[in-house]
Amino acid sequence: MRRILPGFSLTLGFSVLYLTLIVLIPFAALAARAFSGSWQHLWEVVTSPRVVASYELSFGVSLLASLINGLFGFITAWVLTRYRFPGRRVLDGLVDLPFALPTAVAGIALTALYAPNGWVGVLLAKIGVTAAFNRLGILLALVFIGFPFVVRTLQPVLVSLSDDVEEAAAMLGATRFQTFRRVVFPAALPALVTGITLSFGRAVGEYGSIVFISGNIPFKTEITPLLIVAKLEQYDYQGAAGIGLVMLLASFGILAVVNAVQWWNNRRLNPTN
Amino acid sequence: MAGAIQDLTKVRHTARGRRATEEGPLARWTLIVIAVAFFAAFLLLPLAAVFAEGLRRGVPLYFKTFADPVTLDAIKLTLITAAIAVPANTLFGVAAAWAITRFEFRGKQFLSTLIDLPLWVSPVIGGLIYVLLFGSQGVLGPWLQAHHWKIIYAMPGIVIATVFVTFPFVARGLIPLMEAQGVAEEEAALTLGARGWQIFLRVTLPKIKWGLLYGVILANARAMGEFGAVSVVSGHVRGLTNTVPLQIEILYNEYAFASAFALASLLSLLALVTLGVKTYVEWRARQQLDESQR
Repeated sequence: MRRILPGFSLTLGFSVLYLTLIVLIPFAALAARAFSGSWQHLWEVVTSPRVVASYELSFGVSLLASLINGLFGFITAWVLTRYRFPGRRVLDGLVDLPFALPTAVAGIALTALYAPNGWVGVLLAKIGVTAAFNRLGILLALVFIGFPFVVRTLQPVLVSLSDDVEEAAAMLGATRFQTFRRVVFPAALPALVTGITLSFGRAVGEYGSIVFISGNIPFKTEITPLLIVAKLEQYDYQGAAGIGLVMLLASFGILAVVNAVQWWNNRRLNPTN
Repeated sequence: MAGAIQDLTKVRHTARGRRATEEGPLARWTLIVIAVAFFAAFLLLPLAAVFAEGLRRGVPLYFKTFADPVTLDAIKLTLITAAIAVPANTLFGVAAAWAITRFEFRGKQFLSTLIDLPLWVSPVIGGLIYVLLFGSQGVLGPWLQAHHWKIIYAMPGIVIATVFVTFPFVARGLIPLMEAQGVAEEEAALTLGARGWQIFLRVTLPKIKWGLLYGVILANARAMGEFGAVSVVSGHVRGLTNTVPLQIEILYNEYAFASAFALASLLSLLALVTLGVKTYVEWRARQQLDESQR
């Protein structure tokens, strides 16, 4: 117990009070509301066909988007940490743009870009692809907002990898690709998985950037967060709370995966602990 | 003989031109081109589209957007919201970081997880919980109505939802920094007779100022740009509960595209300034950490 410095009860008390008011009580209200009717009704709400279709859409497209971000995020992190080229610092600074740009701005910008008369939409129309108001549009928006996660979790790992092991591999006769596949990639894998999972978690809950580009067609392009908003607009508080609870449990699951990967990685690096 | 010399030049080329732990130029430039192309297509193009669409009808019309009283009200509400939420969360962030990095106590891990919560739940849930608590059919709804207090579909709801989505940033920025800096200097000040506030203001604050600023900037950017959580609690009352992002949505849905994008360009500028300041502050924070560890 290290309690030499003053301010323990003041700072902890204030923090706990703040979080109780802002987080704990409201979440208790969510749980109370979800269970305010019968269990059967709650189950019917969260498993109704339209809601299940939204889960499939939200989780499916988010998974695809996070895997795309895994690939391009890895390449970007690699290029930023390993190579020197003109514009590298600008690129590095702007990687966080999707964090900083408000989601509504991203939403209308992407819609303007990919709509059939937009800059990219016109080009895509020539090859017969429509990228707005359908699932491809949702995917593009999710790739945009999830991009920084993989880059930012990988960068410190790629920097900290020591040259020694790669030199050793090269001296033992490994080609550069073998070194990458057998030495560098396994070391970076936990960070890559963490980054993909974070990107997935963000994508599942995303709202602002999607509502403009998705077209919001029930059973087709209606994401789960949008259904919560729709239920609230119909004053179906219990339905909204039920779906909210399902999303919250999904987020807990995603967080558990992140923690499990970190635990597994720590154990792998320090087997004695 | 000629072959041997050729071999030798090859070896020297490898030795000079590239180390064994580097890729060949072809692989290197292919990867750089892929990264830059992906970046340009997915990140820069949307940003460019905002400004291009905003200026499409010419500069005078662009500035006319900001003369509209409804838009000015939205800007005012956004500024007021950030002016309440950011200082409140700064206070919380400093307190939480002090408690977590200076003391051992039960439930520390839980507290730490709770601080991260808004980063991984949907912003829509951030609005939903307050509607369920304060809304007309919410837990406290009847009581609030009896006292004629309006939280949902009014400004207090917008502020609370903004506080929710932005409270992790200051704490998240400070905790790793204060953890790494340790407590030796604070303890020295204590033995020299300094009191609690003196220690914080004279010893800790100067050490953490860049890290603190980093968190404040990120919290401010999010507070001014939040859409999902605020959209759920606002009720979209014109001139009363519209923040800038919500006003952008309204203009867009009314097909006032040029105005929507002009207003969006304002938030994009804020995002770019945030990124610039963030990069600078990050650099200073790292410098400060290196100094304190030397």
